[in-house]
Amino acid sequence: MLEDFFMRSIIGGVGVATVVGPLGCFVVWRRLAYFGDTLSHSALLGVAIALLLQINITLSVFITSIFVAFALLFLQKGQKLSSDTLLGLLAHSTIALGLIALSFMTWVRVDLMGFLFGDILSITKQDIFIIWAGGLLILFCLILIWKKLFAATVSPEIAEAEGLNPHRSNFFFMIMLALVIAISMKIVGVMLLTALLIIPAASARHFSTSPEQMAIISILFGISSVLFGLFGSLEFDIPAGPSIIVASLILFLFTISKNLIFKNA
Amino acid sequence: MQKKENALITLTNAGVRRDRKWLVRGITMSVNSGEIVTLIGPNGSGKTTTAKMALGLLGINEGTTSRKNNLRIGYVPQKLQIDWTVPIKVKRFVSLTNKISDKEIEFALSLTNTLHLSDKEIRVLSGGELQRVMVARAIALSPEFLVLDEPVQGVDYKGEDAIYNLIEETRTKLKCGILLISHDLHMVMSTTDKVICLNGHICCSGTPSFVTTSPEFKDLFGERMATNLAIYQHNHDHEHLMDGSIKK
Repeated sequence: MLEDFFMRSIIGGVGVATVVGPLGCFVVWRRLAYFGDTLSHSALLGVAIALLLQINITLSVFITSIFVAFALLFLQKGQKLSSDTLLGLLAHSTIALGLIALSFMTWVRVDLMGFLFGDILSITKQDIFIIWAGGLLILFCLILIWKKLFAATVSPEIAEAEGLNPHRSNFFFMIMLALVIAISMKIVGVMLLTALLIIPAASARHFSTSPEQMAIISILFGISSVLFGLFGSLEFDIPAGPSIIVASLILFLFTISKNLIFKNA
Repeated sequence: MQKKENALITLTNAGVRRDRKWLVRGITMSVNSGEIVTLIGPNGSGKTTTAKMALGLLGINEGTTSRKNNLRIGYVPQKLQIDWTVPIKVKRFVSLTNKISDKEIEFALSLTNTLHLSDKEIRVLSGGELQRVMVARAIALSPEFLVLDEPVQGVDYKGEDAIYNLIEETRTKLKCGILLISHDLHMVMSTTDKVICLNGHICCSGTPSFVTTSPEFKDLFGERMATNLAIYQHNHDHEHLMDGSIKK
């Protein structure tokens, strides 16, 4: 079954959708969409570093994302600039650095489009293993700290006063976000990754009355987006990454129109 | 102010500085079990900062703080802003930081007359309703130390009385120490054991009847309020400067 490239991309895509769903909810709840964007953009620099040092790309992207996340925390403490300015600064300067580094390495032939917009159809068995092993690890850690992280999301002050140590939960959340970016980069690419994090979660909001429910529904929306996107890509001969994002956008539009109809009825 | 060995929290000469400006300084206070301590003072006088020092939410720049080990804390912050996108119902919010049984949740909500809201989402509550739910949540934890930062803001008159009565009852029932920040001086004076009057530092402190007769109190809250609450008067020995320091 894994011999078929299409089957491999479905299995990989479903794996990614399963893990980005719950994490995407936290990104939406904490208004971290632009933060996620910055981390995923910095992944390109991670790719360049991996090629330069000849190390594993997933590992390099993971470390680069963590580094950028902490660079941001450091800058936020010392600077008087607002967070969105710092995020824009980091997001685009890391992309620029990555592109320059790649252009220097004339000896490596890289498919830049593949990194920017995903290359799900070239997914290997090893990629699938990384996605599922990493994904299950993230989900397991997330379940462990779920209650604390959720309390820290609702009110960091209450969580800290009542002894839940929100700083530690936030730290683990940051690591999980960096890891999820590293393992899902191949599916939709660094430019579209945030969309996969936030669109399924945004669609799930209308149907949820509890945080757990929203996490599960956003997994379902994510999986549907991957399936519709991949079949659409095959059917209409369009690139897979953008096709998945457009599929999730169409699902989102359905959810809001459904919501409007219900409200009027 | 005397310190007791069995105090739940103790601040000794504690101060917090931000950007070379002292928010509060020289705070020495303690809260014991079964005691209601109230912080009063004008806007920007450091009431919330002092409460946060007591909770350990702020790093202090001088002095020391100590809390009883594994102190069970209930906290009602001044403001709670939950993002619209977070789906959370009232009853879930009550058990946000601890495991609390459905029965205890219902009981706590009934105390603040908010049981009918338990299946509503937090974001649809009015300001006063949210405030009452937050008080219920803090009490549901059966805390040893309860910190309430202006718990009645936005609550209607009837609800205000009910919440103050509830705070008093909670103290008797749970024998917990309570740190209360309030603007309502009349209410404060009738239920509090100890009043601390802040303005960047402790202006005066003691029993309500003592504090209302002090000149510092009159200086901070105006002649009318002071004479309403007391008739005694003498001279004020210091002046407050813009940066929060004191001129003797």
